[in-house]
Amino acid sequence: MIEVCGITKKYGSKYALRDVSFTAREGEILGFLGPNGAGKSTTMNIITGYLSSNEGTVKVGGHEILQEPLKAKTLLGYLPEHPPLYGEMTVKEQLCFTYDLRRVRLNRREHITRCCELVRIEDVFHRRIKNLSKGYRQRVGLASALIGDPPILILDEPTAGLDPQQIIDMRELIKDLGKERTVLLSSHILSEVQAVCERVLVLSNGVVVADDKPAQLSRNLSGAGRVIARIAGPPDEVLQTLQGLPSLALAEDLGSIEEGSHDWALRAKEGADLRRELFFALAQKGWPLLCLRSDEMSLEDVFLQLTKGEDG
Amino acid sequence: MLAIMRRELAVYFRSPVGYIFLAVFYFFAGYFFFASNLFGMNADLGGVFGGMYTLLLFLIPILTMRLLSEERGKKTEQALLTAPVTLTGMVIGKYLAAVAVFAIGLSVTLVYALVIATMASPNWAMVFGNLIATLLLGMALIAIGVFISSLTENQVIAAVGGFGVGLGFLLLGALQAVFTGALGDIIGAVSFHERYHRFSLGIFRFEDILFFVSVAAVFLFLSVRVFEKRRWS
Repeated sequence: MIEVCGITKKYGSKYALRDVSFTAREGEILGFLGPNGAGKSTTMNIITGYLSSNEGTVKVGGHEILQEPLKAKTLLGYLPEHPPLYGEMTVKEQLCFTYDLRRVRLNRREHITRCCELVRIEDVFHRRIKNLSKGYRQRVGLASALIGDPPILILDEPTAGLDPQQIIDMRELIKDLGKERTVLLSSHILSEVQAVCERVLVLSNGVVVADDKPAQLSRNLSGAGRVIARIAGPPDEVLQTLQGLPSLALAEDLGSIEEGSHDWALRAKEGADLRRELFFALAQKGWPLLCLRSDEMSLEDVFLQLTKGEDG
Repeated sequence: MLAIMRRELAVYFRSPVGYIFLAVFYFFAGYFFFASNLFGMNADLGGVFGGMYTLLLFLIPILTMRLLSEERGKKTEQALLTAPVTLTGMVIGKYLAAVAVFAIGLSVTLVYALVIATMASPNWAMVFGNLIATLLLGMALIAIGVFISSLTENQVIAAVGGFGVGLGFLLLGALQAVFTGALGDIIGAVSFHERYHRFSLGIFRFEDILFFVSVAAVFLFLSVRVFEKRRWS
């Protein structure tokens, strides 16, 4: 649905994006993760045709954004970080204007009503936008992006400035919308990306540093097969036993957290599963295994590791 | 383009701008009509149109100052530039809205002509010549205002800039006498005054119409280029 190929954007002599490439498939929710200034909004602005890249191409539904901008833009619904709404208009007028601007052919009244229902703004339909709260404005912006039923939605930090309940509502809504559409979502809130997106693209200093499923990213960076075990037994003997396990690559004593036991970080050899061997070895010795958990990194850890050294 | 034009027209009359423009326009046009026609017992509307020549300089920037600068300042241009609309369509839509409001104001002169017609017989060629000249002049000044508005997000700068550039074009005719040779000819060629004056005498020349239309087209084109350039910078 979206093919971004080698885009580079410079502001003066500073690179905002450097050779960024990725694709977003039909019906996929793709998350854009990165600290402020990483290039998320710039990428989105280039995809939507608001900015032009210095190098590279962007295709939306097979249409190159610079060669066939009208065809490409018809397929896009865009909610920028600050929704571009006219404060002096009512919600109804704003949505009608977007409807006319996008030259939508659907039944005007039904379509606008459906968009309002989707984002739940029926109660402010006749109110002026300048009098609405930030949360409502964000939702009006999303309704505006939905006008014309575009198959691709590009949402730049859609939950910025919302209260916790609104954030939950917005995430649920995006998930629902993503069932039938390709959604590109940017955020620097990691839990949001983890909760909503099927795939994550991490940007740092204008460069894509990772592109994978959230869970896979954690696994790749923390290393497969790393577990933490809390074993109640004499540490020296436990270490000796652990070192005797055929699948073990490394054992590290993390010290005692619970009285009478020690926590051990255990890394298995590549492709091996340590857990069964560990269980039987400890059972044979009569040392209780009080706790065993995977030591995968959280998305926060992944993010920090990938964007290490980034300013701001 | 039509959606943008309709929105802009609605904005003029949702805010005080449209009403202020029309009120001031009607006030001064009425004053000129009273002073030169009713009080002066004169059937020639040249005095009304002559006064408007200067009036437009001050009033047109009120119409154009917010057209593009406000979109830029409030970042609402993002909605327009990411919608399936061409840049040209966007600029022309806004331009036509301003022209429409200006035309509403100007149409009052037709009422004055009809009032004169009840008492005397006006020179209709001169009336329409003046009307078309003022319309063309207004359209050119509006295009200049749109261009200045595209350069800044500050509406005051857009208004003052529009006034300054418009005044420059109108005063070029006076400079023609100062410069001689090729420079004088060039200044004469781009002077608004000479061409406006010919229309006001009821003399229709295709090249004069083409001149004002070209000025409008050039400044609208430049406005589009400003947006295009910003996308690349």
